Amino acid sequence: MTVLKANRLSKHFGGLIAVSDFNIEIDEGELVALIGPNGAGKTTIFNMITGLYKPTEGKIYFDGKDITGMRPDKIAALGIARTFQNIRLFPELSVLDNVKVGYHLHLRSSPFAAALGLPSYGREEEQITRESLQLLEAVGLAYAAYEQAGGLPYGLQRKLEIARALATKPRLLLLDEPAAGMNPGEIHELMDFILRIMEDFDLTVFLIEHQMRLVMGMCPRILVLDHGITIAEGSPEEIQNDPRVIEAYLGTEEE
Amino acid sequence: MSLNMFLQHLANGLSLGGLYALIAIGYTMIYGVLRLINFAHGDVFMMGAYIAFYGVAIFSLPWYASFILSIVLSAILGMIVERVAYRPLRDVPRISALISTIGVSLLLENVGVVVFGGRPKAFPRPPLFNQEWNLGGVRVLSLTFFIIMASLALLIAVFYLVYRTKMGRAMRAVAWDFETAKLMGININQVISFTFAMGSALAAAGAIMWSMKYPQLLPLMGVIPGLKCFIAAVIGGIGSIPGAVLGGFLLGIGEIMVVAFLPELANFKYAFAFLALILILLLKPRGLLGKEMGEKA
Amino acid sequence: MLMKKRDKRVLTAISLLALFLLLWWAEGHLDPYIRRILNLIAINIIWAVTFNLIYGYTGQFSLGHGGFIAIGAYVTALLTLSPAQKEQNFFLLPCAWPLNSVQWPFVPSLIMATLLAGVFGILIGIPSLQLHGDYMALVTLAFNEVIRVINMNLQSITNGSLGLKGIPAYTNLLWSYGCAILTIFIVWKLGNSSYGRAFKAIREDEVAAETIGISAFYHKLMAFTIAAMFAGLGGGLYANLVSTIDPNLFSFLLSYQVVTIVVLGGVGSITGSVLASILYVSLFELLRPIDQPITLGIGVTIPGRPGMRMVIFSVIFLLVILFYRRGLMGTNEFSWEWLLLKVQPIKRMMLWGIRRGKETNDGSKGE
Repeated sequence: MTVLKANRLSKHFGGLIAVSDFNIEIDEGELVALIGPNGAGKTTIFNMITGLYKPTEGKIYFDGKDITGMRPDKIAALGIARTFQNIRLFPELSVLDNVKVGYHLHLRSSPFAAALGLPSYGREEEQITRESLQLLEAVGLAYAAYEQAGGLPYGLQRKLEIARALATKPRLLLLDEPAAGMNPGEIHELMDFILRIMEDFDLTVFLIEHQMRLVMGMCPRILVLDHGITIAEGSPEEIQNDPRVIEAYLGTEEE
Repeated sequence: MSLNMFLQHLANGLSLGGLYALIAIGYTMIYGVLRLINFAHGDVFMMGAYIAFYGVAIFSLPWYASFILSIVLSAILGMIVERVAYRPLRDVPRISALISTIGVSLLLENVGVVVFGGRPKAFPRPPLFNQEWNLGGVRVLSLTFFIIMASLALLIAVFYLVYRTKMGRAMRAVAWDFETAKLMGININQVISFTFAMGSALAAAGAIMWSMKYPQLLPLMGVIPGLKCFIAAVIGGIGSIPGAVLGGFLLGIGEIMVVAFLPELANFKYAFAFLALILILLLKPRGLLGKEMGEKA
Repeated sequence: MLMKKRDKRVLTAISLLALFLLLWWAEGHLDPYIRRILNLIAINIIWAVTFNLIYGYTGQFSLGHGGFIAIGAYVTALLTLSPAQKEQNFFLLPCAWPLNSVQWPFVPSLIMATLLAGVFGILIGIPSLQLHGDYMALVTLAFNEVIRVINMNLQSITNGSLGLKGIPAYTNLLWSYGCAILTIFIVWKLGNSSYGRAFKAIREDEVAAETIGISAFYHKLMAFTIAAMFAGLGGGLYANLVSTIDPNLFSFLLSYQVVTIVVLGGVGSITGSVLASILYVSLFELLRPIDQPITLGIGVTIPGRPGMRMVIFSVIFLLVILFYRRGLMGTNEFSWEWLLLKVQPIKRMMLWGIRRGKETNDGSKGE
């Protein structure tokens, strides 16, 4: 069944057209990649899906529900989570707290219960702590639970951001350049990791990437964006041999 | 209300508006280059008034000499404040710098209480400004006329400085993009010092004219006009000099007119400026002439 | 080394009991001047600790606390004054109905003050929290002043600039510290809860917080309203302490005072706010002599001018901002473990000393 659908999505910033007529349909359990040269508008599309930008035109549907222009926190509550290109953790909070705060949207206790330290709240807090530690185990960060998030090395910060996103119990996970700054060994690990969490957590994944090794190596479906326009869509083989894609990345062959 | 009365109120409104505009420009210029609301600006205003007063009262200077001295010393005061209390905080979160301006404001006010004493002082009003003139049937204090003229002259000078000189261009560059201006070889510290000097000088000029209009000097006299003028700058669009001028005149004329047409609300005159602020921030936070700033993400 | 939860609870319970016994004794035996200062400290603790919710935890800068304090103060004043006293106070314009005929006991009045301040917190918070940084500071300042001006002019409700006199002095050390402890408990619990984490997340990165499902506006409003409620509670306690209030007591200068205390103590630290409240109020009183000339016996006179102590405070404030931005405690808190860590070496030294003493005695005895 269709999890995410976008129709004629466009974003104009004054006179600048960042994204034009973007269409996509992603089914449950799929792994789709969005690639394209820098400045093509990929992150802008993510921002529209997650509610950070309001589309100038077009509609977005999640699980059949129209989420166009909805507030980001409402969209997250519906089940879309994302990571950021330039990692936006909460640096002064501990690693564990960064994950725990991802559970906040599922909190049932009221502020009163929390403020007065009622046992009902205490039980929820214990559950959150347990599940958060489990999540940290799953990404291999349990040993650093009480360190300050801002002090983690870059690669681990990425993992933490993903763990935090997973804590919101999403159905669709948007990853914005998860492999940025990684060496081939780390990229390989990341590929395994993504496939694993897709299975363990029943996820659909839509990702933006520049690392072709990862994209061609594991994404069955790829969309290519250039200057806001979708110039190709298909399997890795089709994309690699598409002249328009080659032109967009390398420029024209003949002069 | 007769036409005569109306014109009289208008004249008063214009003169008050001119003063508000002069002080509002200082706020807006400082916000433009530093993205900082200088809560201490109103207290520089106060200092300007007192310096002018003491020049005449203690040092027996002729009024024009005392006024000029006050403007110069206030400009220097502004530069010192920037150097000591704001420059060290240039790279820290804005809120800390904001608190620093509150600290400077408190310090200036309390120093004022200690040095000048809490009892009101009477600002001199030279005879030239104390005459009653009859301009085309409208009875107006000569002071009102001079204030309007002086404000206009100063405003023209400001526009010339900002839009026609090299320093003015540098100021606008820094206000537009701090980092790039630095990379283009502009001496940021010099530009910022100059901005503070200019803003403080205008505040002192405004203070002198204000004190001739409302002769009672008190250490806390700068607080309310300072807040009102900042509100005027925000209404016009903070960071925009034309905006500050527009906001100043709107506020000045508005205040006088509201009381003129609805005298029952005279006591709430003070709240008028604040209510206008709340409205503008809710309906058009960039201000009437303000520029658009970036989007969310 | 983590102490057992049970041990920590026991220590806290014992300390609280000791504190209350001390306060009970103090209430009956200490000089009224000292008692007043202690009460003021407790009230400032309430204001500072809850201001931290808005500023320290959520990262929003509000300069409107004075307004909520004013609301709390006027509510308890108007409710606890007897109808006869109201007639005396409202000689210019009679007090409006039904206020002119009611008289409530202390606790319901305090509760009403808290609730009403909370209502205003929501009303003022909704527009103010749409703005950020400097703008929010300005709008809350504006609201503070609007409340003050309205208070000055609502002759039949607040008695305008004449203020209210003769408010029953119900506030004593047990009430003020009781409320302060309750406040600290609630803020501490909330701060360590999921809500506290949400607040801090908003402070760290509001946009990222929204993308994990935290409505920044809702949570900021929550913190703002809770802070307003407790500001009102403190205001109510204040009115029934000083017995005389007027609108000018609650100007932006009071808001600045709360900000000063929080900054001095360390933004985001409850312990810091408590310590800074104690320091600020004590210092304020201690430095009172500076406002008058002081004569040292040998015929030397230190000149004193009214306002000198405020100058000293301003200088201290600026120094902290410029050089010790993290304040007294930074973002750290007091904990029993910290104290234990400090005590351990002393305990060890003492035990070592005792053992040495024993050895020497035995040695010398044996001879």
